[in-house]
Amino acid sequence: MQSPTSVNGLAIRAENLRRHYKMGEMLISAVDGVSLEVRAGEFIALLGSSGSGKSTLLNLIAGLDRPTSGNIFVNGRDLGAMTSEELARHRRETVGMVFQAFNLMPRMTLEENVELPLRLAEVSRSERAARVLEALERVGLTPRRRHRPSELSGGEQQRSALARALVNRPQILLADEPTGNLDSRNGNEIMRRISELNSQLGMTVVLVTHERALAERFAQRTVFLADGKILAADANSLAAGEDAEPARRES
Amino acid sequence: MRIRSPLERTPNQRDVNREKLSGLHGIYPAKGPRVKREDLFELAGRNLREAALRNSLTTLGIGVGVASLVALLSLGAGLQDLVGQRFNRSGLFNTLGVFSPRDMRSSETRSPDESARPAVLRPLDDSVRRDIAALPHVIEVYPEIRMQTDIGFAGHTLFSSVSALPPSARQSDAFENMHGKFFSGDEAPEVVVQTDFARELLEAQETPAPADADSPAPPSATPAATHAASPPIPGKASGAGTTIARTGPLTAPEAAQLLGKEILLRYAERQQPAAYMALGITPGITPGITPGITPGIASNAAPPAASAPAGAPAKRRRPGDGLSLEAPGFSVVRREQPLRIVGIIDTAPYAGLTGSSNSRVFIPVALAEKLRPVLPSSLRDLMQGTQTAQTTYQALVVRLSTPTYVPATQEAIRKIGFRTFSLLDATRQLRRVFAVLDIFLAIFGSVALIVASLGIVNTLVMSVLERRREIGILKALGASDGDVKRLFFAEAGAMGIAGGLLGVALGWLIGRGINFATGIYLARQDLPRESILLLPWWLGAGAIVFSIVVSLLSGLYPAARAAKLDPVQALRYE
Repeated sequence: MQSPTSVNGLAIRAENLRRHYKMGEMLISAVDGVSLEVRAGEFIALLGSSGSGKSTLLNLIAGLDRPTSGNIFVNGRDLGAMTSEELARHRRETVGMVFQAFNLMPRMTLEENVELPLRLAEVSRSERAARVLEALERVGLTPRRRHRPSELSGGEQQRSALARALVNRPQILLADEPTGNLDSRNGNEIMRRISELNSQLGMTVVLVTHERALAERFAQRTVFLADGKILAADANSLAAGEDAEPARRES
Repeated sequence: MRIRSPLERTPNQRDVNREKLSGLHGIYPAKGPRVKREDLFELAGRNLREAALRNSLTTLGIGVGVASLVALLSLGAGLQDLVGQRFNRSGLFNTLGVFSPRDMRSSETRSPDESARPAVLRPLDDSVRRDIAALPHVIEVYPEIRMQTDIGFAGHTLFSSVSALPPSARQSDAFENMHGKFFSGDEAPEVVVQTDFARELLEAQETPAPADADSPAPPSATPAATHAASPPIPGKASGAGTTIARTGPLTAPEAAQLLGKEILLRYAERQQPAAYMALGITPGITPGITPGITPGIASNAAPPAASAPAGAPAKRRRPGDGLSLEAPGFSVVRREQPLRIVGIIDTAPYAGLTGSSNSRVFIPVALAEKLRPVLPSSLRDLMQGTQTAQTTYQALVVRLSTPTYVPATQEAIRKIGFRTFSLLDATRQLRRVFAVLDIFLAIFGSVALIVASLGIVNTLVMSVLERRREIGILKALGASDGDVKRLFFAEAGAMGIAGGLLGVALGWLIGRGINFATGIYLARQDLPRESILLLPWWLGAGAIVFSIVVSLLSGLYPAARAAKLDPVQALRYE
């Protein structure tokens, strides 16, 4: 019997996970037989160059994508067996996402953007306002809540996206190159806040990045990916690719 | 110890709370919560406002489509009302005529059941009238009374046939734009005259009365005789008295000259002889006499002059009648009845089935019955030997609540033993014609709406392409395929509602415009104003519903496309 919460302290478990795309005649193996376990409350970094399959793996964990084969369990539930409606609910309630491109709704104000997941989750109007304020306060953007994304700096936009990701109180935060569009100061700022969520709230964090320094500085564990396979993991690794090779340095 | 924020929880606590929050253990339910309707419409409204110009133009397109549909269907409804409802009001289709079977024997082929009829037929008298009046859905039963009379006015004698009108005739179109008013009561000694006759009256008023005006011509059934007796009116081409100096409706001052004036109706009253009445013979006590035929002695008490034409044939027996006594007769007495002119109308109302178009003078039907004029049927009854102590009718007119009940009532009356006649078949044809017309108009109107619906498809597909990223974000934040679909449906529906409302308003304005223009045209042609386009509430409501349905159908494809959008593709960093 599966439990809705982590199984044996595992938040995420991937078993021989594969995701293949067809591009014309070519078959691209974005994720190619990945097995991985992430403990609840862990901060893990997926490190790899572009095209290594780290974002695809993140999308599979997020339930935005479905595996071609293999299994992916989040909190013990098999995402591959879920209906699209169930997957939507998984995205709504279990995971929060932060993207490189911020992905804020350009015509909505900050608080409207942060409110959006609450609307989708059918949270009552009165509760929404309180939770939006709480989330904005957490990222220090309360004074700017009536501004539109275009009126904010990149760092502020990413902090808004972070507020939006955590407003539904997810157990897992999935961050896809959150610093990719930011200067180092803002990048550090956002990473500090993500790290805070992990340490203070016990949120499981999966960070996708190509910056090794960032991964090593903030993550408890780093997993290296290349060509859809896990190459190697650091000392704390719980799982590794079958044909482990020396870790490739990122440019 | 550091203070915890409300968001802060240990993993275990959070998991427990999460469990409570979802209220579920194990697998997620197949159906998660949906976006609330108000949120959905708010989001849809926001999206529509974002591309205000494009969405307004699309909505306008729907509006024009709906307007064309509404305008064309209004035309159908208006024409149907103009023809159908007005005919119904005139009593053409909810009335039927009742005749004695023998009256039509010569003009109709025998139906197979005719041989089964009793040899002696029940006369069309008051008992029959009561029987028919007792049938369901019958509003009124009145005799068709039309008589040839002389009319004395201002020392002149004019000729006209007089028709009796039932109280329901008040609703007839003929009384819509009348001078004066309808009869004040069922038996009021009042008269409504037609414009032509009113002109004759006016001319008579202006012409000095001849010396022998006090001794008017004796009542006569032939127009020629009447005209011969009438004093010629100067300034006329002939003495016929029917030449009209002017055409068109009477002016208000002209009408005022006549309204309230009295005319003298000279007619032949039918009297039952006193001696015959005194015999007290009734069918019930006379052996060998078929019920319904009252024996009597013919015209003993009748004045010699008047009874002469009626008395002679009345004495003759019909072979096989089985009468042991001589057939009764009646006396004819010349009467005069003063009548006050209360109204002047342009066109003759529908007063009966044999037509009242020849009549130019109208009196209330109850008054006409009270006057007991000699009618053509009286003479016929006399000759046929069916004369009874009671009045018999040439024809009865039966008015029903709606034309729907005409066939059933016809059948019921046939069972009593009388022939009926109605124009219902004509209405049926009329309805069929209008149903076909409406279908055609709806098809033409729908073409514009179909074009408009393609506009919706185009706008929404464009919107899906433009909002790929937004759709991706929504999905990443937890919107289900259904949520995205509903969002696009809501947008399509909102355009449908707005377009429908706009279209109905536009259609109504077009209708008003056309009605205004035709009103001017009709006024120039000296015709009463008519509503050519009619927008009943159900048509307006139906058009809005139709617009929404069409818009939602148009939204099907774009919504499905949006729902199927792969969020990974949509969110791929560009």
